[in-house]
Amino acid sequence: MVFPGSNCEHDVVHALQLLGADAEIVWHRETDLAGIDAVVLPGGFAHGDALRTGAIARFSPVMETVKAMAESGAPVLGICNGFQILCEAGLLSGALIANRDLAFICRMVEVEVIDTNTVLTAAATVGQRLRIPLNSYEGNWVDPSETGRHVIRYTDDPNGSQHQAAAVANSAGNVVGIMPHPERATEALLGSEDGRVLLEGFLGSVSANV
Amino acid sequence: MKVTVSIRRRPVIADPHGATVARALADLGHEGVRSLRIDRTIYMEVEGEDDPDAVRDRVAAMCEQLLTNPVLEDYEIVVHP
Repeated sequence: MVFPGSNCEHDVVHALQLLGADAEIVWHRETDLAGIDAVVLPGGFAHGDALRTGAIARFSPVMETVKAMAESGAPVLGICNGFQILCEAGLLSGALIANRDLAFICRMVEVEVIDTNTVLTAAATVGQRLRIPLNSYEGNWVDPSETGRHVIRYTDDPNGSQHQAAAVANSAGNVVGIMPHPERATEALLGSEDGRVLLEGFLGSVSANV
Repeated sequence: MKVTVSIRRRPVIADPHGATVARALADLGHEGVRSLRIDRTIYMEVEGEDDPDAVRDRVAAMCEQLLTNPVLEDYEIVVHP
């Protein structure tokens, strides 16, 4: 999916193609996703983050179709701004607010997989530590309802996120939002290949779901 | 009709901006600020309706759909007839 202001869609497509997937960019005005088995909402600044991050993008025409796919069990992944959009859309619990120290954090972080029963973590192991770049200002996940499943956590506490959550899933595990960027950690040239195990798990879940 | 919407972050949700400003005030010697929250106010003019209650209902619908996130925020609408 690409919204006005998304800026990581090419990175995502490149990473997924590198892993053997048939990936394409779809404009947010589309409503027909026939033939598409899974969806990634990429990072960026949809609609300039006006009002709240993801607040306007959640009403894009494509989101009705994404919601229907999510409810039918299709794998849906939101990365960074995509995570924020999934929260605003009610597909994930909680919301993302400004980082605790008001810093835009742009650095490699270490995360730990704590739950492998999701489409994103299916190929990882519990306790596996990964180095993935974080690149966000509103990465501080809050969930007063305590209903969200945090499935990957930061090993330090970069942004104040509740439970140090770096990734959150719905109860079925087919909708996942992650704040760091696994697509930017898929080749040695990028400084880390640790994102591959997450995206490979996601693609494996796509095959399993079809 | 002019309408003011005060959007307040729920007390349970942290306010990193407010906390930073409170620390800055303390650094500047302004003592005794026990709490400080920064919130959002939206000012709008709504046409096509003369009944303040009907305007309030329309703006409440806007708050529920887009202007606020119920996870984070509560709101208060003041209609200025």
